Amino acid sequence: MSGDGLKTVLVTGGVRGIGRACAVALGGPGRAVYVTHSNPESPGVSQTLDCLRAAGTDFCEAQCWCAEDSVEAEARIRGIVEARGRLDVLVNNAGIIRDGISVRLSDEDFRRIVEVDLFSVFSLCRAAARHMLKARSGRIINMSSVVAFTGNPGQANYSAAKAGVAGLTRTLALEYASRGVTVNAVAPGFIDTDMTRAIPAKASEALLYRIPLGRMGEPEEVAAAVAFLASDAAGYITGQTIHVNGGMYM
Amino acid sequence: MSDDIFERVKKVVVDQLTVEPSEVLPESSLQDDLQADSLDLVELMIGMEEEFDVKIDDEAAQSIKTVQDAVDFISRNAS
Repeated sequence: MSGDGLKTVLVTGGVRGIGRACAVALGGPGRAVYVTHSNPESPGVSQTLDCLRAAGTDFCEAQCWCAEDSVEAEARIRGIVEARGRLDVLVNNAGIIRDGISVRLSDEDFRRIVEVDLFSVFSLCRAAARHMLKARSGRIINMSSVVAFTGNPGQANYSAAKAGVAGLTRTLALEYASRGVTVNAVAPGFIDTDMTRAIPAKASEALLYRIPLGRMGEPEEVAAAVAFLASDAAGYITGQTIHVNGGMYM
Repeated sequence: MSDDIFERVKKVVVDQLTVEPSEVLPESSLQDDLQADSLDLVELMIGMEEEFDVKIDDEAAQSIKTVQDAVDFISRNAS
């Protein structure tokens, strides 16, 4: 096991949107940042690594894998810990949507979202916890969503998975607290990313009316909350969900 | 052979539970004598899996109540 003293961060789905903003916010001098993605062709991969290097991040690496394969998730986490000697921060950000009104939603579309958006989070938390518990320190930040709390027509699968993430976060927070490992969630509202750009213009306009601050959020505004939860200043916060939604849900 | 396993189990227990080596006897109960909580027990099993390269499934883990139970399990299962 090697170790160069770099604070080591893993962000899943870390080359686009909120994940990329989180990776950049957690990068910088003294940091080693790993990001995962599912598409080696994505221009986001090199863009993210360039941003991280420009921010003075000592080490950064993009890896193509998905955590729903728990054997792979465990092996990847072990690989990072072996390479760096530690894992300080895990940001479970990767997520996908397959929207459809529930009466027409297929078994496959429901199961797939739960698998990717909820099971993967569990699988990575479990793998990371082995090392964090032993180290007696660590920060886990899970991406939930405003729709876990408000519901959203057409997102029975996604809202259920994201509500699951919030519950999982609280239980893991209780289980790991005695070892100095904190587990929190961030629930973004309507953030300007590829995911929300796919929403039809009319629906998107209607959504804006529901946001008291009158605009979409920026990925960096979510990343700021994640960076705070990962910081030393947030050491007494665990089991919480921080809502970053322009007042859309209070 | 089993003396050697005992010493290695003892080391895992001492490291994990931050107890004095002298407190770790074969008959010591992990929970009652050595004050292991539920998460300690999980971490102990992981520690022993790594130390001895064995797999301790849930059923086996439940049956390991004392240091000697752990030594016996490992004697039977470690390659």
